[in-house]
Amino acid sequence: MIRLEINGRRRDVDVPGETPLLWTLRDEMGLTGTKFGCGMALCGACTVHVDGQAVRSCLTPISAVADKKVVTIEGLGTDSIGKALQAAWIDVGVPQCGYCQAGQIMSAAALLKRTPAPTDAQIDEAMSGNICRCGTYTRIRAAVKQAVAKQGGTR
Amino acid sequence: MNALILANVSRRWFLHGISLGGLVLAVGYPSAARAQQAKKYGADGMPNGWVDNPLAFVSIAEDGTVTIVCHRSEMGQGVRTGMPMIVADELEADWKRVRVAQAPGDEKRFGNQDTDGSRSTRHFFEPMRRCGAAARTMLEAAAAERWKVPVSEVQAKNHEVVHRPTGRRLGYGSLAKAAARQPVPARETVRVKDPQQFRYIGKGQLKLVDGRDIVTGKAQYGIDTRLNGMLYAVVARPPVYGGKVGSFDAAEALKVPGVEKVVQIEDSPPPAHFNPVGGVAVIARNTWAAMQGRRALKITWDDGPNAGYDSAAFKATLEESAHKPGKVVRNDGDFAAAAAGAARRLEAEYYIPHLAHATMEPPAATVRIANGKCEVWGCFQSPQAARDLVAKRLGMSADDVTVHVTLLGGGFGRKSKPDYAIEAAVLSKAVDGKPVKVTWTREDDLHNSYYHTVSVEHLEAGVDGRGKPVAWLHRSVAPTIISTFNAAAKSEAPFELGMGVINVPFAIPNVRIENPEAVAHTRIGWFRSVSNIPHAFAVQSFVAELAAAAGRDPKDFLLDVIGPARQVSPETLGDTWNHGESPERYPVDTGRLRRVVETVAREAGWGRTLAKGRGLGIAAHYSFVSYIAAVVEVAVDDKGVVTIPRVDMAVDCGATVNPDRVRSQMEGACVMGVGVATLGEISFKGGRVQQDNFNSYEVTRMTEAPRVIRVHIIPGDYSKPMGGVGEPGVPPIPPALCNAIFAATGKRIRRLPIRDQLKV
Repeated sequence: MIRLEINGRRRDVDVPGETPLLWTLRDEMGLTGTKFGCGMALCGACTVHVDGQAVRSCLTPISAVADKKVVTIEGLGTDSIGKALQAAWIDVGVPQCGYCQAGQIMSAAALLKRTPAPTDAQIDEAMSGNICRCGTYTRIRAAVKQAVAKQGGTR
Repeated sequence: MNALILANVSRRWFLHGISLGGLVLAVGYPSAARAQQAKKYGADGMPNGWVDNPLAFVSIAEDGTVTIVCHRSEMGQGVRTGMPMIVADELEADWKRVRVAQAPGDEKRFGNQDTDGSRSTRHFFEPMRRCGAAARTMLEAAAAERWKVPVSEVQAKNHEVVHRPTGRRLGYGSLAKAAARQPVPARETVRVKDPQQFRYIGKGQLKLVDGRDIVTGKAQYGIDTRLNGMLYAVVARPPVYGGKVGSFDAAEALKVPGVEKVVQIEDSPPPAHFNPVGGVAVIARNTWAAMQGRRALKITWDDGPNAGYDSAAFKATLEESAHKPGKVVRNDGDFAAAAAGAARRLEAEYYIPHLAHATMEPPAATVRIANGKCEVWGCFQSPQAARDLVAKRLGMSADDVTVHVTLLGGGFGRKSKPDYAIEAAVLSKAVDGKPVKVTWTREDDLHNSYYHTVSVEHLEAGVDGRGKPVAWLHRSVAPTIISTFNAAAKSEAPFELGMGVINVPFAIPNVRIENPEAVAHTRIGWFRSVSNIPHAFAVQSFVAELAAAAGRDPKDFLLDVIGPARQVSPETLGDTWNHGESPERYPVDTGRLRRVVETVAREAGWGRTLAKGRGLGIAAHYSFVSYIAAVVEVAVDDKGVVTIPRVDMAVDCGATVNPDRVRSQMEGACVMGVGVATLGEISFKGGRVQQDNFNSYEVTRMTEAPRVIRVHIIPGDYSKPMGGVGEPGVPPIPPALCNAIFAATGKRIRRLPIRDQLKV
């Protein structure tokens, strides 16, 4: 039994310790907002926060997050940065198919938590691990900047 | 769920624009007999045509909530917003009180649902308008009856019907029941709005209906399906097309905790159709256990005749074919004589490799069989095909199969082939009908796709003393998609030739288009924009090469080659297909092609002075009955690294329903086009795909994507036929990019992807 905190709630899960966090979230806990895209930390679709850091849940064994705080896209809206990003994503009309966007928003949220007013280069660097096959990158950048502006950040 | 009131199914409103289905007809009738059949175009020409019955698409609850059914699949093009928006506008519904419901796969009820070919809006704009207008008429009639006033005195407005002389009002909710009892008006009496009165159509103000769900993780894709008692499966598939399981040992796999069963799926020898390729499935209590079980399988594959497929060697084979005459598919004037008499002759050859769609959501489907009924959940571009083929494989009637369509995490043509639904059906049956979800991994997706064809395009021109082409030869050599349905097929089909090789409307008197044969060694399938990609790359690169040889400005030269504004019948270009549209309603309009070129050049500041290492390239292409031109600005540094500061695109797709989604489709097409040009390649060795995941099959990331993409929409007229949007944005991008690289560096790229060809 592995104990962890998911979106503010204590959860105990009974899976082999090497099971990736991704599949534990999706198959065992029903938190399907975190997506599978590659299984090799190449695409970022599975990005979640562990103790505030963006991590690729597809390569993170569940044993590595024991007693840690995990936040997924389902729980992101409870903080102001998450809420601002979600609102900006809608306002800018970022999503096309939308499949990668949970991971994109999680990466963007982790960026803004450590860098409230990122430069273009910092946005690029933080987001380059997240693939969008629909090609929404220009709008992702615009939405991050809009969220920054709404948060009162300046560059 | 609200009571759905508008549901009195009146038989006479099952009015379909039915066709028997092009393929069935073509196979069943000899050509002479076929010629006598009136040819149907547009939505009329699609299987099960269109339906405009409001009872199929609109329901109104007593609380006033209007539910509008979207029968096309959402894969990022915005159709779940756009299609209901058309209905809501004509219905005078308040968008805030509209809900969207996704139709199950049922083309008899909803009309054609095959969401590909950039067809949804252009085929269903008019039927959906009539559908909304008919429902509005029924609400007005109900209100007039309630007030006992002539219907001419009432008017629907923003979710209410108003009695104009007295100002009395009735909400849609309070009228719903009575409206349902009204006869559905005859189609010819239905009055649609004057476009001046549109409140949503063409405005681009409405946000995506799924936006909130997407950004909060609630949106449901095929891979997200969860059912009580569901099992999870992954499949080890033959690595070579046409291969099969020789033998396998499941002992170790069955020892993996959570693995429940190992099941062989019958192989299906080529042609592939939409059948699963077969293999060995591991069914487990969760996805991870299934994956671990699959790793523990010991399988000996019997590779079959395609084990020799080597894409490097095949490139040479295609080139050899391109150097010899092939089947003549268009012949204007006399190429040979004109070329012999030309002041100068030029030739060039272009290569584009296989590509994989690599939708971010890999294929996934879930099936449950119980009490003689089968239910399917999944990300399907063609839910009716999924329904029919699952029924066929299970030996059931399609009436007993229900296909629930989820959101698609990308489609790009991959998800119009429902092989993964059939896999799930076979596996559910193997576990007594328990629900089974099949998930493809990224490796599965890249190893067993329906690949974009590989092609060599050979072009020759004879030019006059001023460098203007007087003779044009294009030999297109590429395995055909038809090979996926008929293993003997070696020639491009009319629909492939009609994607920018024969229907090039240039002002050149002597044109010869040839199509030498090519053999397919893998599953070839539709990939967004399909054959337009290699054809436009070759044609638009070659025109720029001719411009350079003539010492002319590429934009002015391109306009000269297009020639004066005129309407060209596709039939005179040898194009009998014309994207399935009527040649009268949809001629090739060189005026529109010129206009996008002129617009994009003006907006991009064509001719502006650029720093060293920078260049502008232009290309234009007509496809999916829309006209697109692009100007790409590149910066090539001293190490040969290409960045793209800006792209301008001009699009003439006729009038638009949701201009913001037209923009987003162009932006996305631009990024995908950049990926095709710079990174994308699926190669084969020993019959096996050499790319496994996004480390070896690279796609464009934020750092390589254009920094700025500006989309310029040519205003359209709602009385004129619409064009496609989802696909036509891709083809002009690779040639515009390569033309820009030429402008920046003097280096001509003829083989894609560019990768490190410029690296110093």
